[in-house]
Amino acid sequence: MNDEVLYRKRFDIQGRDFSNAGNVSSQVKAVLKEIGIEAYVIRRTAIAAYEGEMNIVMYADKGELEFLIDREKIQLIFTDQGPGIEDINLAMQPGYSTAPPEMQEMGFGAGMGLPNIIKNADKFEIQSEVGKGTTLHVIIYHSKHPE
Amino acid sequence: MAMKKEKFLPVQIDKEKCSGHMECMRICPSEAIRVRNGKAYILEEKCIGCGECIKVCPEGAITPLTGSFSDFSQFKYTIAVPSPSLYGQFHHDIEPPVLLEALKRIGFDDAQDVAGACEAVTIAIQELLSEYRGPLPLIGAFCPAVVRLIQFKYPDLAELLIPIDSPMEIAAREAKRRVVEEKGLKEEEIGAIYITPCPAKMTAIFESPRKEKSYLDGVISIADLYNSLLSAITEISKEGMTKEKKWDCGIGLSWAIMGGQTQALEAEYALAVGGMPDVVKIFEDIESGKLRDIQYVECHSCHQGCVSGSLTVDNPYVARSKIIRLMEKYGKSFCNKVEEVKELYKKGYFKLFEELPLMPLQPLDTDISKAIAKMRQKEQILEGLPKINCGACGAPNCRALAEDVVLGRAKITDCVFQAHLELRHLASRIMELADRYSRSPVKE
Repeated sequence: MNDEVLYRKRFDIQGRDFSNAGNVSSQVKAVLKEIGIEAYVIRRTAIAAYEGEMNIVMYADKGELEFLIDREKIQLIFTDQGPGIEDINLAMQPGYSTAPPEMQEMGFGAGMGLPNIIKNADKFEIQSEVGKGTTLHVIIYHSKHPE
Repeated sequence: MAMKKEKFLPVQIDKEKCSGHMECMRICPSEAIRVRNGKAYILEEKCIGCGECIKVCPEGAITPLTGSFSDFSQFKYTIAVPSPSLYGQFHHDIEPPVLLEALKRIGFDDAQDVAGACEAVTIAIQELLSEYRGPLPLIGAFCPAVVRLIQFKYPDLAELLIPIDSPMEIAAREAKRRVVEEKGLKEEEIGAIYITPCPAKMTAIFESPRKEKSYLDGVISIADLYNSLLSAITEISKEGMTKEKKWDCGIGLSWAIMGGQTQALEAEYALAVGGMPDVVKIFEDIESGKLRDIQYVECHSCHQGCVSGSLTVDNPYVARSKIIRLMEKYGKSFCNKVEEVKELYKKGYFKLFEELPLMPLQPLDTDISKAIAKMRQKEQILEGLPKINCGACGAPNCRALAEDVVLGRAKITDCVFQAHLELRHLASRIMELADRYSRSPVKE
């Protein structure tokens, strides 16, 4: 009952499209505000959504976000047809980045993407295959508060 | 203390005078105005108190709830506490000491400069930034309209608001302390009155959202004092004392203009934003975690900062240039003893101890599944609207109308296009019926 999906929306995310980067996470945030989700939960979801979106924009040709809400949680499922991640453990370390220098000069790819998602998620799963793509599953509960 | 935390609305609309021109509705940066039956009204929960509506009303029907001298007759001693933006309102030869003198001549017992407090607060922020290790960027919202925006629309950013009191409060506090000492009066006998460039400052004073109480007792607008100040200045000039007094508060003057705080701070990674649409964009970015490398964000509801407040008189660009001229002239001279200010900072003198009370907008429904259903309904309604944001319905744009319909504040047929469609349906239905029941013996 509690995990009956009440809201589901799919967003396409275009790779390398920096001028529109952030639009999808903004829409996610707007929905959460409208339905009265708690500020603290919105903030964490907004950051996870933005970082997930940016990962696709920076590294993949295209991808998508599936955004689901039920009574107990918010789910963000990012899927891309990107290059995949060679060493996931390494990618999850703060500061590790494979972004080319020109991207880092623009202020992107500081190696904080996955660490920030992990920090803000209650549950986090990642599957990646080199040459095929990456799937990222983020769960944030409505009621969880920091200690 | 019953007043505390209650929401204060610093502007009012005179229903008699309002003739529904919608200028206010179109300019309101927080979409807080609606027009129904030819009269404008304010959705209180959305009003940030910036006063943009006051400037554009062709009927002069919108007024700020600022006071006048007679409101402060209960005080034995009154101190004018002028916003530094006042220093940019007159001829560029008219310098701060002359204006402080002029304030005394028009009826105040005393006048307390705020630029010095701006400088002290600048030093306090520098100290805070140097030891702060929490999430970034910190938001310096000394603009109460911006604070209000955070209270209702960006509650998740409240933790980033800098916990340092505003220069106007510090100045009033110091002035009262000085007068108690010098004149032997009790604090409650002294009235500190802020000379304000905007109505928003009133919310900070009357709600005092992050402290027990404000040291200020009321406000009078710059616009209301302008003429009498002008005559007083002329008088002072004739006496030839315009250039006698020395002025040494160079740094704090910058607070009157957009970008002035960050310039005074000399922080390595700081930025300044003016105008609500741009503040909103920056807040969206902060929410996404985009600006984590920035230490400090200065925010103003008005595009040029306080010199462009809705209750000022001079053109904001002209006023800005005059402030810059004063800044150049008085340079980086300090009027505070820096080490003393740092000591005060350590003792918590500048600190705001209370958390900002949040006032999030009513969600579409308190039950999540009903809220989602209403959001869908809103999207569907919006789909049927022309999306040209003409405003003829009395809401500032189609999205706002869709929301009003879902919340029961408006009808879908308030949209002229929807009403036209409905009429067409009705007309064709009538034709249909007319055909069906036609028994006319006469050949048509």
